Amino acid sequence: MQTKHNIKRGVSLYSFQEETFLRKMSLEDCIAKASELGATGIQVVSEQSMPGFPHLSDAFYAQWHEWMEKYGCTPVCHDSFLDTKRHKGRNLTEEECVESVIRDLKHASKLGCSVMRILVSTSPELMEKCIPYAEEYNVKMGIEIHSPWHFDQPWIQRHIEVAERTGTKHFGLIPDMGIYTKRYPRVMKDRLIRNGATPAIAEYICEAYETRIFCEYVIFEVRSMGGNALDIAMAESLRHNIWSNPKRLLEYMPYIFHIHAKFYDMVDDETEYSIPYNEVIPYLIQGGYEGYLCSEYEGNRHIQDISEVDSVEQVRRHQAMMSKLLGEGQ
Amino acid sequence: MFDKYMIMETGFCNVFQEQEVIGFQLQARLPYYRGLGLSMVEDIRITVDGNAVPREAIRFTTLGKTYSLEEMETEMVGRWEFGEVATLTINQPGGLSSGQHEIELVEQLRISYLPFPSITKDKKTLAL
Repeated sequence: MQTKHNIKRGVSLYSFQEETFLRKMSLEDCIAKASELGATGIQVVSEQSMPGFPHLSDAFYAQWHEWMEKYGCTPVCHDSFLDTKRHKGRNLTEEECVESVIRDLKHASKLGCSVMRILVSTSPELMEKCIPYAEEYNVKMGIEIHSPWHFDQPWIQRHIEVAERTGTKHFGLIPDMGIYTKRYPRVMKDRLIRNGATPAIAEYICEAYETRIFCEYVIFEVRSMGGNALDIAMAESLRHNIWSNPKRLLEYMPYIFHIHAKFYDMVDDETEYSIPYNEVIPYLIQGGYEGYLCSEYEGNRHIQDISEVDSVEQVRRHQAMMSKLLGEGQ
Repeated sequence: MFDKYMIMETGFCNVFQEQEVIGFQLQARLPYYRGLGLSMVEDIRITVDGNAVPREAIRFTTLGKTYSLEEMETEMVGRWEFGEVATLTINQPGGLSSGQHEIELVEQLRISYLPFPSITKDKKTLAL
């Protein structure tokens, strides 16, 4: 197995959303913790972590850069949004959309981020219009390949066509590791059962997911079984969870410059319950991926009803797992 | 995502003006994982002991500014920040009686990338 690579570890501060929401961790605490856990790259959902966005002061940006230096971190990615439905009763015009993207590109640039996440719902036409601005601010815009979208999905193919045709270095792809959900997440299943889903039906849905039965058949079957509203909701959730072939990363590697390392449930320091990182990371190494893998914990919402969320411990385990799979310290 | 944190357990009280009770207040947060512009907070519905509060009676206060729900619809600058505790004031002469009340809060958000409105509910029994 090939082991030489230039892949770096980062943390998305989104991982600490529970503690941030409850004001148990400040922005500085999140950065400090990411650094302490061995990450060198920082990804941030600015509209979550930076109150006042998009009107942030020069003093804020100065403070941000001081923290980066103090904790030895590199700002990597700003996760942007595009509020196309900002006005009641009408969508933003194309010109307004471009303005919004430019606003975020400027912000990403001020943060020192080389990458900006674009929501998967954003159109290829809009992206093409924004490429000159991404080049001007020197920030790479990446469409997030987020489950249930995947590389071969027609919408994504149209985005790839734009990247190919324009030949720009400033537009590409950000795969979210949620597209490699091989088993139905245990934390999601357990939460649905606590909310009233039928255990036997939940078990059937998990098995059906693992055998890759087309989701619409599973939904119909659960209805036939007399499933309650939550059973049906769980079956319908299969429309939004996918396992795709990690080998496809090799083909699209020229367009990949950042990765959201999504996870739901670290069982120990080596295993994510539903996403087999050990089956994905070798392809990143083989394909010569050179960006960051940013831990993105999203399990809090499934466990907060029964237990104290410990995002820091989850991220610690995730970083430990990635470090091992990347062959660090060998 | 943060459904269970929407209604705060603190800050539930009657509101006085010159010794007259003119309404009541509760503290609330967004269930969403980021802050949102106020124009995208489509609706806030409050039910007390099974009785719905009229939409016109609700005032929303965040970061020192107060809005009616109608005013929020066209507010393009103000935001309800992530985890930020906002105050909901309900104009209701006489307020609420002392003792326990079952409060239900529904927040309806217009999230651009979702094909449908995001409607989230929290219910708590609070004491006055």
